[in-house]
Amino acid sequence: MNNQKDRETIESGHRRSNGEDSFKNLSGFKIKALYGPEDISHLNPETDLGLPGEYPFTRGIHKTMYRERPWTIRQLGSLDSPSRANERIRQLLKMGATGISLCLDMPTIMGKDSDDPLAEGEVGSCGGVAIDSIEDMRNLMEGISLDEISINFVSNSQSAVLLAMFVAVAEERGVPLEKLTGTMQNDILKEYQAQKSYYFPPRPSMRLTMDTLSFCNKFLPRFNPISISGYHLASAGATPVQELAFTLANGFTYVEEGIRAGLSVDSFAPRLSFFFKAHNDFFENIAKFRAARRIWAKTMRERFGAKDRRSCILRMHAQTSGSSLTAHQAENNIIRVTTQALSAVLGGTQSLHTNAFDEAVSIPTARSEKLALRTQQIIAGESGVINTIDPLAGSYYVEALTDQMETECYKYFNEIENLGGVISAIEKGYYARIIADSAFRYQEKIEKGKRTVVGLNEFFEEEEIDIQLREADPGFEDEKVSGLTDFKKNRDHALVKACLNDIRDVSQGSDNIMPALIKAVKSCVTLGEIIGVMKEVFGEYREDYIY
Amino acid sequence: MKKKIRIVVARLGMDAHWRGSIVVARALRDAGLEVIYLGNQMPGTIVATAIQEDADIVGLSTLSGNHMILAPEVVRLLREEDVDGPTVILGGTIPPDDIPRLKEAGIAEVFGTGTSLKKITDYITGTSLTTQGDYQKST
Repeated sequence: MNNQKDRETIESGHRRSNGEDSFKNLSGFKIKALYGPEDISHLNPETDLGLPGEYPFTRGIHKTMYRERPWTIRQLGSLDSPSRANERIRQLLKMGATGISLCLDMPTIMGKDSDDPLAEGEVGSCGGVAIDSIEDMRNLMEGISLDEISINFVSNSQSAVLLAMFVAVAEERGVPLEKLTGTMQNDILKEYQAQKSYYFPPRPSMRLTMDTLSFCNKFLPRFNPISISGYHLASAGATPVQELAFTLANGFTYVEEGIRAGLSVDSFAPRLSFFFKAHNDFFENIAKFRAARRIWAKTMRERFGAKDRRSCILRMHAQTSGSSLTAHQAENNIIRVTTQALSAVLGGTQSLHTNAFDEAVSIPTARSEKLALRTQQIIAGESGVINTIDPLAGSYYVEALTDQMETECYKYFNEIENLGGVISAIEKGYYARIIADSAFRYQEKIEKGKRTVVGLNEFFEEEEIDIQLREADPGFEDEKVSGLTDFKKNRDHALVKACLNDIRDVSQGSDNIMPALIKAVKSCVTLGEIIGVMKEVFGEYREDYIY
Repeated sequence: MKKKIRIVVARLGMDAHWRGSIVVARALRDAGLEVIYLGNQMPGTIVATAIQEDADIVGLSTLSGNHMILAPEVVRLLREEDVDGPTVILGGTIPPDDIPRLKEAGIAEVFGTGTSLKKITDYITGTSLTTQGDYQKST
């Protein structure tokens, strides 16, 4: 095998017709036909891999990994109305989901109440739940043990307000705050970079994030105040290595900001969590997850001086790739989701969301959702992949690829640093440019047949898209708006005004905003009203579009 | 010199999904069109801009499910303002059953998930009106 000529024969022996893009992964790395000992000759298993549960956590963050407990099977429980979402959450838990994610509808995401003129046609949209007030949070959480079931709020710019509602409901129900579990996505940096659901400029947004971080640090020690998300970067077009580098750089920025806010690194870093995409390239995902853990561990220890091992542990949620799903031959998506999910498991994720196969067309049906959930249960229960911990460690290819991911990441870290850090890079349009460019190249490769999409650019069939779709509830918007109108009528108006004035004052100063928000939501002030006042103080952010 | 085709591209309502609209905007620009990219806008602003910019086409993008209410609203406002107004087209996650209803409401063409850039560009530049198989390597 060490014969040079044999090697050349192997490398040249490809029959694929994707031209120069043959055998490249999604990050654009050229993959060799064969990897051998020479590719990992520099690897020191002790310092580069460690044992599972030990620094630098390349092999996983727990000693026992899935043998003790499989990953959290976390599916989307949201639906237009809080009470219908509540039913859906209970249904998912009954079917064996062990965690829940909740998306918000577009008006809530954009900080507007359901009765806002701009909310027309969007109330309950995107399979997200409409949250205007504490009443909605009560209905959403009814009968769910807030100290047992971890709810992941896919909430960003409005996180401080949702956290206030969540805390207020927990207090009403007598659940001690120190027992509250769950996650607030609350990753504002990636909003400017990719998801574009921001309203305030980056710096005041960061202040709100730090207020929630400090508040959780003090009162909600089991709650994850930020889930640093690469998923959205990747969905917007970032390649896997860009997703990895940008996400970690964002993570380091939150650590810097936390330290600047006066917290000690080991007091809050253990509660930072991450969220990555499991895309199409199987081994690339696995290498990405492994590299993520190693880079995080080393940086936390070496750069930030973390002493607590938990500060060095990168805990993550993963989701299969919504943007890889096709509307054509939609059942093919079941297979895509399965291989992506398997890669996430082999990459050592702590929590996983599998997409439903009909998502490229519409909000999933109960049937497609159940199938997505069962996919994870089959991997966990039947495939045998959980029987041994980190089965791919030592693979010439996987370890070489993990190294390459790590090396390439540092190139991006340097670029970002040269631009003056993450926030400055956002303001200079760095991310918008790179991500739009990657998105365009990806589409171009599909169109030119350089990247295969089965059922779309290969094995295409003339067909009508004939899958059963979830029926939307056409009366929901009116129902939600009229409920909110009643809610706004029957409250203490002087108190509402006083609370909003408090929020204005605290926003202008530098005290933690959470107490004022908790008081406001308990006094029936709505999300849209709170965000409205904050906009007056913080201003609104506009970016130049790059395409 | 032939006048460049002018297209106003907007994300409809509040929908934040921007990838599709940005990629399409770039493909149209590369194909020689003049693209005015608005980002998120409500129908009133989209129509005002289209008239002010003397647009030939209004390209709407949405993945959030607001298309049945807001897309026809754009057509209605355009008709109110300007009889010989621009053609309105729509792209995004659109359930197939909605397409005939959108067309009845005056949306000239709907480009659903999986549409190639080539198909959209060809439609706009009027060079081809093929509807299927646009991803095949042979083309």
